[in-house]
Amino acid sequence: MAGGLVVEQLLNGLQFGLMLFLLSAGLTLVLGVMDVVNLAHGSLYMLGAYVAATVAGATGSFWAGVGAAVVATAAVGLVVEATVLRRVYPRDHLTQVLATFALILVFNEGARIVWGPQALLLSVPPELSRPVAVLPNLTYSAYRLVVLGVGAGLAVLLFLVIHRTRLGMWVRAGASNRAMARAMGVPIQQVFAVVFALSAALSAVAGALLGPILAVQVGMGEDILILAFVVIVIGGIGSVKGSLVGALLVGTVDTAGRAFLPPLFAQLMSPEAASNLGPALASVLIYLLMAVVLFVRPQGLFPVRA
Amino acid sequence: MRARNLSVEAGRRAALPWPAGVGRALLWTAGGALLLAFPYAAEALGWHFYLSVATKAAVLALAASGLNLVLGYGGLVSFGHATYYGLGAYTVAVLAREGVQQAWAVWPAAVLLCAFAALCVGAVSLRTRGLYFIMITLAFAQMVYYGVISFKQYGGQDGLRAPRTDLGLPLTDAGLYYLTLLLLGACLVLLWRVVHSRFGRALQAARDNELRAAAVGFPVYPVQLCAFVLSGAITGLAGVLMAHHTQYVSPNMLGWPQSGHLMFMVILGGVGRFWGGVLGAVALVLLEEVFHSATVHWQLFVGLVLLAVALFASRGLSGLLEGRLR
Amino acid sequence: MKVKRTAVVCVLLAAVLSLVPWQARSQPRTLRIGFVSTLSGGGAALGVDVLDGFNLALRHLGNRLGGLPVEVLTADDQQNPDVARSAVERLLRRDRADLLTGIIFSNVLLAVGDLVFGSGVFYISPNAGPSEYAGSQCNLHFLNVAWQNDNLHEAMGHYAQLKRYETAFILAPNYPAGRDALTGFKRFYKGQVVSEVYTRLGQLDYSAEIAQIRAARPRAVYAFYPGAMGVNFIKQYAEAGLMQQVPLLLPGFSADADVIRAVGKPMVGVFNSSHWALELFNPINRRFVEDFRRSYNRVPALYASQGYDAALAIDHGLRAVGGDLSRKAEFRNAILSGFDSTRGRVRFNRNGYPIQNYYLRQVVESANGEVVNRLVGTIFRNHGDAYASQCRLR
Repeated sequence: MAGGLVVEQLLNGLQFGLMLFLLSAGLTLVLGVMDVVNLAHGSLYMLGAYVAATVAGATGSFWAGVGAAVVATAAVGLVVEATVLRRVYPRDHLTQVLATFALILVFNEGARIVWGPQALLLSVPPELSRPVAVLPNLTYSAYRLVVLGVGAGLAVLLFLVIHRTRLGMWVRAGASNRAMARAMGVPIQQVFAVVFALSAALSAVAGALLGPILAVQVGMGEDILILAFVVIVIGGIGSVKGSLVGALLVGTVDTAGRAFLPPLFAQLMSPEAASNLGPALASVLIYLLMAVVLFVRPQGLFPVRA
Repeated sequence: MRARNLSVEAGRRAALPWPAGVGRALLWTAGGALLLAFPYAAEALGWHFYLSVATKAAVLALAASGLNLVLGYGGLVSFGHATYYGLGAYTVAVLAREGVQQAWAVWPAAVLLCAFAALCVGAVSLRTRGLYFIMITLAFAQMVYYGVISFKQYGGQDGLRAPRTDLGLPLTDAGLYYLTLLLLGACLVLLWRVVHSRFGRALQAARDNELRAAAVGFPVYPVQLCAFVLSGAITGLAGVLMAHHTQYVSPNMLGWPQSGHLMFMVILGGVGRFWGGVLGAVALVLLEEVFHSATVHWQLFVGLVLLAVALFASRGLSGLLEGRLR
Repeated sequence: MKVKRTAVVCVLLAAVLSLVPWQARSQPRTLRIGFVSTLSGGGAALGVDVLDGFNLALRHLGNRLGGLPVEVLTADDQQNPDVARSAVERLLRRDRADLLTGIIFSNVLLAVGDLVFGSGVFYISPNAGPSEYAGSQCNLHFLNVAWQNDNLHEAMGHYAQLKRYETAFILAPNYPAGRDALTGFKRFYKGQVVSEVYTRLGQLDYSAEIAQIRAARPRAVYAFYPGAMGVNFIKQYAEAGLMQQVPLLLPGFSADADVIRAVGKPMVGVFNSSHWALELFNPINRRFVEDFRRSYNRVPALYASQGYDAALAIDHGLRAVGGDLSRKAEFRNAILSGFDSTRGRVRFNRNGYPIQNYYLRQVVESANGEVVNRLVGTIFRNHGDAYASQCRLR
């Protein structure tokens, strides 16, 4: 039985890690290629979830919602890139932080105006809202398995794009040395726009897929954004491979900490105290991991910059 | 060398945005008198609420000015200053819970604790640069945040009441306002002297060109560390005042949104401008108050104003007041 | 250049001036009620229910409480103690509210309590009923018209004991009401608690906890999760295939209209406890339920009845003092001696918490396919709370 528990928690950790990856892959590309600190990345994730919830509600099809979320969020990403980000590329990181923080406020309040202040509850598509036996004695939510599969599939697809296509070559060139890439004739402006739209689309997928597991509400993007930043710093800014490793690490550590630490501490102290300490320590563990990685390898696990 | 002179000059210009001479003296006197008379006016007109807003603005001005020392003059983007702000506040609440409420013990303890925390964080973080510095200060701040909420006996997620400390005389709301103004003034004088000392010039030289500053012979790391500790201590003092103001502390005071909020005040006011922290804090508090009383969707308008400042006034409000748009 | 500077200064000045409360103070005989509640995010369904119930009662009372015209000033606390504190300060000091109500979450209430009581203003709680304010910290200015936090969970603990479940796995969010909840459950459940889990308040993904439940193989699960937390927990519990394996027991908070609307069929069969039910037979409840359904086009949850009752209680108290809130003891005693509510006549302990019946309900599918709660029986009669004896008031 203990084995079943470990497998189930591992699946949970993988699923959370892959969703984190979808968020952080875009973030790491934007930061690595465009050198823009985009705090509003979480807002795109939120937007994806809202659009998915709305379209799924209207059409009755969850997957139509996901598709609409990807298209709409990528479009909004293009608009934001053209109107705001393009103006702050040459500025320092601080100005970018202020501008994108302002965008968070605008997006949050905009969502509140359009969709109202209450959380929207997105439902799992009916054909997936049942348990599946993954091991004898262990049933797991079918929907979570699909989320796992989509996440893994997108990760593979992203690797093929980055390592096998011309666009991917330009992106890699831009991430390792922007000035050189431009000198070698990479159409930097277009690459920036495509990268930003791609990162918006990926975060929309994460938002739409996590919608039924969490809840679609204003502010949902902010906490996960900080975790995504942690992931890309651990992995090395600009490295998609790094963000995959970082995301899986963070996802597993977080889930394991929440799952195994409180019962462990409960042997030593009251359940409330254990429940206070366990998750807090798990979170501390994530940041400790990041501090240690930065101390040992200041450029992250998979440095990209030349 | 040239860069250094420029930034000192910029500092002076920022400090004196008004025409020199009699006019300036008059303005300073009028402004001071207005600030001193405010509690009486508020009492007489029944604006008790706005005395509290003014106190909050002054406290945040202190915190932002402390942050501006490292962020503006040191060029070190600390994304974890909520740690010192929150630790200062928590010291008041935790010591009160343990039965220590004498101001002479609590206040220095809080400031020293913050200075020590800043020393530990700074010693490690200052070995990194740029984005990595931002992230490692964030990492430490988050560790402290989760550390504090794991203490069930000090409120955990729920926060903790923080009765005002015993100063030897009863601390009314007006009294707290004056005390905050006094400490803000004292810290500003201290910061002014620091920024314009040899130490301050070394700090700015390292910001403008670290290699050159080191080559000239400035001890860059110790200078930056000292600035970081001083900045943490001042922000911690602001936290102590905030705990006295709200009489309640919560883990949100230690969270990254709080760090971000302090940072935005400085950016809004003007990074590396002497009055940047004060201007930014006062402006942001005012902005929120004005829009909040006008509409439920106040965040939208605050966001639009911040966006406009970021896109069109890169020097912040200080830059605008100097009359030079980018 | 000078023009720009002048412009900036003018804008700042105008901003300051716009804050001045120029309009004369409104007529003194208007009762200003500060309604601080959770109106956004995952707990918003609760706040909106209480607010709608409160407003419905006001409409039924002709927009007057105790004969005074009423102005309701609403503020959203975003389920955040800091936000609530500044909202309460704004209501007390800037808007000069005469009375406060509306708070949903106990951690929010405990963060603002001293501010309200210290200003000598009454807080009539429609929901949050922390044990802190029931015992030694009970306060003249505090009354709860609904229940003490432990009560519904005590009822469910008693039910689990009657059903003789040998082992139970119990969960709640880690905040004052969550701790009260499990304390209350354990006060009456004497079987073995195999695991007592507290999750972060606002947590929405329960996969880690559900894996623990599966591994622990308890005979019953008891979970206190209000609002979106409850919706997600129950959905995920069902999706993991546990609904058929381990019976899920819930307090009314996690099994009323707001949760049922979002979860639907998987909830059919679940037992839960409540101090109120749709079909309680009295004229006030009938009028409340019918008009609520008509006005808001949805089934009221227990929260709505509590908001409705809060307005009735205030009205009852104010009538006794002729609208004069400075007669504090009389106002309080008038309510404590009992008022007519959607649950019939409610009496109180001296700590300001009710003594009342607690019922067992079951979620059923009605003939027309609607999933609703049905009243099954009574678990406690005239039940008070465990802390009243520690209250030194009166």
